[in-house]
Amino acid sequence: MTALLERLLGRLPIGWLQLVHNRGRLAAAIAGVAFANILVLMQLGFLGALVESIRLPYAAMNADLLVSAADMNTLADGSPLPRSRMVEALSVPGIAAATPLHYGKLDWRQPDGTIRTLDVFGVDPAAPTFRTPGIEAGRALLQNADVALIDRGTRNVPAAFFDGIARGEPYRFEAKGRTLTVAGVFSIRGGFSADGYLIVSDQTFLRLFPQRAAGAPNHIVLRLDPAADRSAVTAALRETLPAYDSIVRTVDDAVAKDQAFQTTQRPVGIVFGFGIVIGILVGVIIVYQVLSTDVADHLREYATFKAIGYRQLCFLGIVFEEAFILALLGFVPGVLIALGLYAAVAAVTGLPIAMTPARPVLVLSGTILMCGVSGAIATRRLARADPAELF
Amino acid sequence: MDRSTAAIDVRGLNHWFGTGEARKQALFDIDLSIERGRLTVLLGASGSGKTTLLTLMGCLREVQDGSVRLLGQELAGAREELLVACRRRLGFIFQAHNLHDSLTAMQNVRMGLGVHGSAAADWREPCEHLLRLVGLGERLDYLPGNLSGGQKQRVAVARALVGNPEVVFADEPTAALDRDSGLQVVRMLKALGEARGTTTLMVTHDPRILDLADRIVTLEDGRLVGEGR
Ligand SMILES: Nc1ncnc2c1ncn2[C@@H]1O[C@H](COP(=O)(O)OP(=O)(O)OP(=O)(O)O)[C@@H](O)[C@H]1O
Ligand SMILES: [Mg+2]
Repeated sequence: MTALLERLLGRLPIGWLQLVHNRGRLAAAIAGVAFANILVLMQLGFLGALVESIRLPYAAMNADLLVSAADMNTLADGSPLPRSRMVEALSVPGIAAATPLHYGKLDWRQPDGTIRTLDVFGVDPAAPTFRTPGIEAGRALLQNADVALIDRGTRNVPAAFFDGIARGEPYRFEAKGRTLTVAGVFSIRGGFSADGYLIVSDQTFLRLFPQRAAGAPNHIVLRLDPAADRSAVTAALRETLPAYDSIVRTVDDAVAKDQAFQTTQRPVGIVFGFGIVIGILVGVIIVYQVLSTDVADHLREYATFKAIGYRQLCFLGIVFEEAFILALLGFVPGVLIALGLYAAVAAVTGLPIAMTPARPVLVLSGTILMCGVSGAIATRRLARADPAELF
Repeated sequence: MDRSTAAIDVRGLNHWFGTGEARKQALFDIDLSIERGRLTVLLGASGSGKTTLLTLMGCLREVQDGSVRLLGQELAGAREELLVACRRRLGFIFQAHNLHDSLTAMQNVRMGLGVHGSAAADWREPCEHLLRLVGLGERLDYLPGNLSGGQKQRVAVARALVGNPEVVFADEPTAALDRDSGLQVVRMLKALGEARGTTTLMVTHDPRILDLADRIVTLEDGRLVGEGR
């Protein structure tokens, strides 16, 4: 290692030798950098999982365009739309189909008394509102009253439970005074706001949520003629539908708006963002502590080098060499541990938390920058190395 | 003596420490010429200004008043770059060895050479040669922590001499050593200096070392008072 660094630097790797000479301090520094890395990676992971789990239900929709309430921030909020908007939308040339999508929340009481919250979508069983294979396959079953399909990714439910349903053993449970029969499974997964997704027919939905005005959907899922010009149709829709209650968007736009809202306006998103800042602060403080103690401990030696004729630049080089080495040595275990934690979190919570290739690159660059900043602050002490005070 | 051939030539040098009320003069009107290739010892009571004079001549302190010519170069009013360039022609040995505790004896000595910009390949030979000269041929890869006080000071001597300095400044280099190893270090310094024609300027209180000096200069309360030898 020393020989390798010597080749790279073209000089004696004093920073490296200094770091390995004090093993305890080195271990503390690596642990500190790794800890900061883990903290940041976990927060980025949760933020990524939040963003991804917002996207998943939209991605499952069989939609080219989405009409939602003007006051809608997420899939789950916003006023219901007048049903007439569906007919008006269909009247626009280029629109091939329009189907309603109802949204509600349902408590699913488990045999042991615990409660799972489900996001419920009410759909027209005659139309393909979702493209997810399980939903398409089970759509015909929804024609029957009080029949539901459930997400395999529903949190804290063993896989065997879903396997039973998939084999044709329906599961029944009571909700809102009705007995629902879960007859099929699909897979959307994820979800910060609830434990899983449940899909029922619009008729069943209205029986579960009787207070909802009949035929007032939360969203209208639109499909275009294959030949239609998307932007022209979008413009025409915006002309046709009143802007005070309806908003027309592509699915991608709707996802982006929803993600932006939940990551910046909702406490979860803000907490994760705050966690990243804390992680960086922890890293800067630990690295600064280690580097500045190291500089202070070697002030006499640096002063000696100054007397010999070395320049300030050379000492900056030593400190930055240390900072860079700490960044790399802390990053490796940090990423490995974070990967393990990602797997554990995904297994326990069912959140779509995964390492993207860009994330380690980002974190490594950030770590090097962070260590560099700490090093730069630490080098201010170097000015005190006065060779005249040595004699 | 001819000013231009002397290794060091000091004229009318005054030096003060502190400002305002606390301002205190440490050196008074010093005139001194140091010949090349000789071992000069600076004597004087504690606080008489020996270290101050040494650091002024060694480019470690700015000249406030008067003139210091080092190896033909005027230091009064010289820019920092020039001082750094001058220092590279000097060797320093401090009372404390000031070795880098994470570097081996070889690596510490190499630091004395690295500043001369010598290529990576040819540092080993002179460093090893000097460590052998100071009797540490068997300890090349020892860390300072595993060397005795005398051995450490000998590494420091090797570090000061490896770059073939024209002038060596040593401030009580034997203070931290027992008498025998102290004497040994100074003998070595003198022998190496004679072999290479190095000018050596040393502050010491050790009477046995005085016997080795070519010349003794005495300071008293910041003034030159006497010459021996
Ligand atoms: N950095 C400083 N700031 C203020 N006064 C100083 C400083 N360095 C030295 N002095 C003062 O200058 C005078 C000469 O000090 P100097 O260190 O040169 O003496 P010295 O002969 O080397 O003494 P010693 O034998 O104790 O090393 C002393 O009175 C000392 O207090
Ligand atoms: Mg002194």
